[in-house]
Amino acid sequence: MMGRMRTSTTTRSLVAAVAATALLAGCNAGAGTSGSPDGGSEDGSGSADEGGDGDAGQTGGTASGGSDETVRVGLVAEPASLDFTTTDGAAIPQLLLDNVYETLVTVDVETGEIVPALATDWEVSEDRLTYTFTLEEGVTFSDGSEFTAEDAAFSLERVSSDAWTISLKSQLDVVESAEAVDDTTLEVTLSRPSNSFLYALTTRVGAMFDTEGVDNLAEEAVGTGPYTFGTWDRGSQITLERNPDYHGEAPYFATVEMRYFQDANALNNAMLTDAIDVVSTVQAPESLAEFEGGDFQIVEGTTNGEVVLSMNQQEGNPLADPALREAVRHAIDHQALLDTCWAGRGELIGSMVPPTDPWYEDRTGDFPFDAARAEELIAEAGAEGTELRLRIPTLPYAVSCGTVVESMLEDVGLEVTIDELEFPAAWLETVFTTKDFDMSIVAHVEPRDMANVFGSPDYYTTYGTEQVQTLFEEADTGTEEEQVTKLQEAAALISEDAAADFLFLLPNLMVADPDITGLPTNAIKESFDLGDLARE
Amino acid sequence: MVLRLLHRAMVFVLSVLAASVLVFAFMRVLPGDPARVALGINASDASVAALREQFGLDRPVVVQYLDWMRGMLTLDPGIEFISKAAIGPQIADRLQVTLILVTTSMILAVLVAVPVGIWMAVRHRHVDGVVMSAASQVGVAIPAFLAGIVLISVFAVRLRWVPSGGWAVPAQDPVGFLQRLVLPSIALAGVQAAVLARYVRSAVLDVLREDYLRTARAKGLRPVQALWRHGLRNAAVPVVTVLGLQLATLLVGAVVIERVFVIPGLGSLLLDSVAQREILTVQTVVMVLVVATLLITFLVDALYLLIDPRLRTGSR
Repeated sequence: MMGRMRTSTTTRSLVAAVAATALLAGCNAGAGTSGSPDGGSEDGSGSADEGGDGDAGQTGGTASGGSDETVRVGLVAEPASLDFTTTDGAAIPQLLLDNVYETLVTVDVETGEIVPALATDWEVSEDRLTYTFTLEEGVTFSDGSEFTAEDAAFSLERVSSDAWTISLKSQLDVVESAEAVDDTTLEVTLSRPSNSFLYALTTRVGAMFDTEGVDNLAEEAVGTGPYTFGTWDRGSQITLERNPDYHGEAPYFATVEMRYFQDANALNNAMLTDAIDVVSTVQAPESLAEFEGGDFQIVEGTTNGEVVLSMNQQEGNPLADPALREAVRHAIDHQALLDTCWAGRGELIGSMVPPTDPWYEDRTGDFPFDAARAEELIAEAGAEGTELRLRIPTLPYAVSCGTVVESMLEDVGLEVTIDELEFPAAWLETVFTTKDFDMSIVAHVEPRDMANVFGSPDYYTTYGTEQVQTLFEEADTGTEEEQVTKLQEAAALISEDAAADFLFLLPNLMVADPDITGLPTNAIKESFDLGDLARE
Repeated sequence: MVLRLLHRAMVFVLSVLAASVLVFAFMRVLPGDPARVALGINASDASVAALREQFGLDRPVVVQYLDWMRGMLTLDPGIEFISKAAIGPQIADRLQVTLILVTTSMILAVLVAVPVGIWMAVRHRHVDGVVMSAASQVGVAIPAFLAGIVLISVFAVRLRWVPSGGWAVPAQDPVGFLQRLVLPSIALAGVQAAVLARYVRSAVLDVLREDYLRTARAKGLRPVQALWRHGLRNAAVPVVTVLGLQLATLLVGAVVIERVFVIPGLGSLLLDSVAQREILTVQTVVMVLVVATLLITFLVDALYLLIDPRLRTGSR
């Protein structure tokens, strides 16, 4: 239901995004369908290696099914390390989770449901404190050792030890113990019932490590996944090789080259010149124009990335006044904003829940665009001309939408000053840690993060009322049905209290060669799942 | 002459020291905590403090500075906070790439600028000389990154002659290496050639007006002969100065060009490290650039002594 897919195949069209191109607009309109610059293969020829450009020549020698082809995936953020237990950031799990490391359970990206992975089955006790997982037999790690319940218990218990340092480890605080009953049975005991526990296992904290394979996580990755870690050319690419002993269906591609581009234009150019086969995330939707009508498929799916306009409501700040926050929500014409700053791609949400979560409700009607009402609220609060500092990170969506928010708020009589702060370091320090801001714009991309983002007054969103905290607690400890209703109530409360404004939900935009199949359309997991990727 | 060289060497050492203090101090006041960047936005203060301790950032700044200086002097500046990779070898790898790019661009710039500059000077009263002179003025105004973007969209995206970016190791893939070197070198060399050509032009024009050249002509030498035998050596002095300064700007310009062309050189390492707040790496890379720049200036000074006999005599 979510994955709209559009494929277009006419002749290649040309660059448009950069200003420079405008200068050349008159020069040439037919770059044509000629081959790649190195005289390499043409699209769809299905040859052994599309990468005729020299350094792409490593085809895997271990053909245990599938082809011996290489696929080249372009991404933007290179990991700083391979160790997601001590280094935060999306790039590491994007690369390694589900591809190299697997989890007991995972999320079906089409339905949003939790489905088996390394655990074939699981039972929950009556009091919902004990989870008994039955593990798949005959699974081995890439170093040859067998994956048993011992490894699973070790991996889960390790999360709460000092070995893990990233803040996300707190997701498994609820685990009291994890024990191997026998080789294929794992029993996990919780300190209290928790609905978020099973979901947490689908994320990086649920990754299964080899008891013998955690000595040098920064540079080595030993897992059970469809791929094994290959080589790393720092600053340019990381390769993954097909795992010849994979317990599931062997992936089609023998080698995956994950190529990293710091610059979005460079990434697009690489795609236009056939130097890569897939653009994992299109950074700016305007640039899709370069690929439309060309020999490419454009895939648009959904994400968990709620673009949140946060409002600092600590005492003493102008936005501590709920009327002013309501005015801000009324002042923003969300559809116009989405059309202007994100090329109309993405969805309007109205609260902190993406449509792929079971407790989603359409809340876009809570504060409809109404400039007159906004001006009225501002006048009643005596807040005409209030100065607000909109301190945004230097990220494409924030920069592009920040100016639209600025002009919409100034239309109703507020004074907005935009500060761009380098992301992550400077933004984290100023907005997140010291809370020296009135408003900010950032996309919260972690799955099911409503309680994290709005559950504590100490968090930078400065909301976390007692009422909403109670709802979150009841949702986590109650039955599954209660979880849904309580979280719906929480989402409604957050919206009605104008705890923040929800600009839109980021779309997942990918571009690929037309014959590539199995792309993860919806980016609602932490991983970029390469397992199903194939070439027709 | 020896005294003069010694004096220059001392200035060099003092400048390096001053720069190291500045760079170090600047990195300490830069907002953003490397430990918090590593641990993520929800990290507790306790875990951030623990990681700062592990990174050695809790030590007194003087100790950190001396430790860093000692590391650099022994050519082992330590390991990165997050990746745990050794900094020295990484910089050496990336520096090779950047040096190849910068050297190629410099040679390209000189090869274009010297003949064009001389031509512009000799023909400065003719239409072709004036047209070339105007063209070089325009060239001076085009930033390298813009030239890079234009070159990519024409020669890589439209014409498909060369790849749009990336890098290949010359020993493994010489053809791919050359293909990937062409556009960034041209982009980087373009402005340099334009600037340099203007200097060559004015230096040659100055020389052409000198008495000794008129004398040479009066002896019966043809203009080109006179310039070749007596003029160029004298015109070279100011040009070499500019060349040195330009080499330094090329190193810095390469930072931007590497980003546009996705080249894994020193510049991209620097930008990545700044984003990750890999303070040690940033400091060390910047110092490499500083030392390179100062060294170039020092060498240019030394070169003067060889080119210009007048400087060789008196101590100042």
